[in-house]
Amino acid sequence: MKLHFNAIYIIWLREMTRFFRAKSRVIGSLAMPLFFLVILGFGFNASIRFSDIPPEIDYIDFLAPGIIGMALLFDSISSGLTVLMDKQFGFLKEIMVAPVDRFSIVIGKTAGGVTTALIQGILILLISLVIGVKITGVVGFLSAIVFMILISVSFVCLGLIFASKMEDMHGFQLITRLFAFPVFLLSGAFFPLDNLPVWLQYLTYMNPLTYGVDGLRHSLIGITQFSVTLDLLVLVCFSTLMIILSTYLFSGIEVD
Amino acid sequence: MYSIKTDKLTKKYGDLRAVDNISLNVKKDEIFGLLGPNGAGKTTIIKMLATLLKPTSGFAEVCGYNILSDQDAVRKSIGIVFQNPSTDIELTGRENLDFHARIYNMDKDVRQERIDEVLDLVELSDKADIFVKNYSGGMQRRLEIARGLMHYPNVLFLDEPTLGLDAQTRRSVWEYVKRLNKDEKITVVLTTHYMDEADYLCDRIVIIDHGKVIAHDSPANLKNSIGKDIISLQVADGKNFLNTLTAFDFIKGMELHDESLYESLYLSVEDGERMIPRIMDIAHKEGVIVQSVGLRKPTLEDVFLHFTGRTIRDQDTGKKEHFQRMVRERMRGTR
Repeated sequence: MKLHFNAIYIIWLREMTRFFRAKSRVIGSLAMPLFFLVILGFGFNASIRFSDIPPEIDYIDFLAPGIIGMALLFDSISSGLTVLMDKQFGFLKEIMVAPVDRFSIVIGKTAGGVTTALIQGILILLISLVIGVKITGVVGFLSAIVFMILISVSFVCLGLIFASKMEDMHGFQLITRLFAFPVFLLSGAFFPLDNLPVWLQYLTYMNPLTYGVDGLRHSLIGITQFSVTLDLLVLVCFSTLMIILSTYLFSGIEVD
Repeated sequence: MYSIKTDKLTKKYGDLRAVDNISLNVKKDEIFGLLGPNGAGKTTIIKMLATLLKPTSGFAEVCGYNILSDQDAVRKSIGIVFQNPSTDIELTGRENLDFHARIYNMDKDVRQERIDEVLDLVELSDKADIFVKNYSGGMQRRLEIARGLMHYPNVLFLDEPTLGLDAQTRRSVWEYVKRLNKDEKITVVLTTHYMDEADYLCDRIVIIDHGKVIAHDSPANLKNSIGKDIISLQVADGKNFLNTLTAFDFIKGMELHDESLYESLYLSVEDGERMIPRIMDIAHKEGVIVQSVGLRKPTLEDVFLHFTGRTIRDQDTGKKEHFQRMVRERMRGTR
């Protein structure tokens, strides 16, 4: 296995070029998480108290890292869509016939998806700050970026895995949404997980995004359910597994 | 010296043998054509040679590299223009070429120069910086050809290069292909179901039908192999007339085709112009009414007809049941 940096760079650059030319995509994918943050955040803030959230932390502060996790999840996983579009418009053939290791193609695609997801994650974080979410500081901000990258890599590759096995763009969107919603709802983005029924708690423990949201929350507002080390460990293992699996499945793609 | 060699190359989809024991060779610097009706397996062959599909069995070598064990080397030495569009329409022409150059790992200085060079070759220099979605079909096709040439490939595959293009654009694509074969010293392998295209462009061709090679030679030799001139007659009762004509030695071969309203009789003869009066004489004596008569030099269409018993168009439409009888004994006897 050999890395072709020129190829990785140009595959990444193409994703970037297309991303910045599609302004509606940027705005569209920012809107949804912001609705959740603003409406749920201020709505619950006024009337509900979760006993597991320390009293000095507002609900909207608790929610913000969860919403960032959600935005990353949805945006990352849908980057598999670019593969399906390339399949449909024939461009994937141009990529697959090039003398480039399949691993480099996956890395280029992943880098593109991660960058766009990261841009959105950071934008949401900045907007949260503007509407009054309080974070711990600069170190927290930087450590949050590390978690954002790990979350994005995991789910971009998962999106590639779905895409390598599917042909239809609408089908892809349906299936990934069907998959992403429980992952997002069971990640602790909305509520603390401590007092959940035991069977539901086990489900959340099996969910990689749970550790991502926990890591983000630790970085940004300083509360955590697990330890940061465990969060990091789980995410690094999961994202590595996803990269390997998506490279394997990508190599098996035969284009017509 | 061969650019491509295949031996018993086969691709099966379930029970269907899309490509069935194809053995062929392509010489260096020639224009080689894979000719056959839609669905004959031409594109499948190209995809296997371009490492996009894995053969079920058999062997193939491109520029001396095995298509299974040496994929990267094969990919480096070929350029390919696919049957369906494969450019990124959201990028400009130049960006598409730049993508290609970088993914093929070309150096920066070579890259810029080569982009301008290939743009110039396909006359797209002034359109280089507009989005491909604003290109016409012919321009997109030319851009794809330019892209296939970017990395100085030794072999260029063109899969139905003129499909869906208007007559004028077709003509100009042909000229590009001829020119780059000569100027860039590049082996060209093209698939087509247009007989005239294969005839005009190719140094040698294989005719493929149902995944099998049915002829492998130069267009001129193939045409010569089925006789000299072809006289076609539309007659009311072709079968009887055919029996009558078997007595005459100057007729080297005959084929009878039932077409819905009439029967067509194809006679291959030498010196066709002089033979028409003789045939009309015979018809007159036999009391056979000839509705029309035509004379032409053999085309690859006749070659295809000769080897498969149907025209390439019949297969394209696929529905029309074609009933035909062929009389070939005499032909074989006299040659």
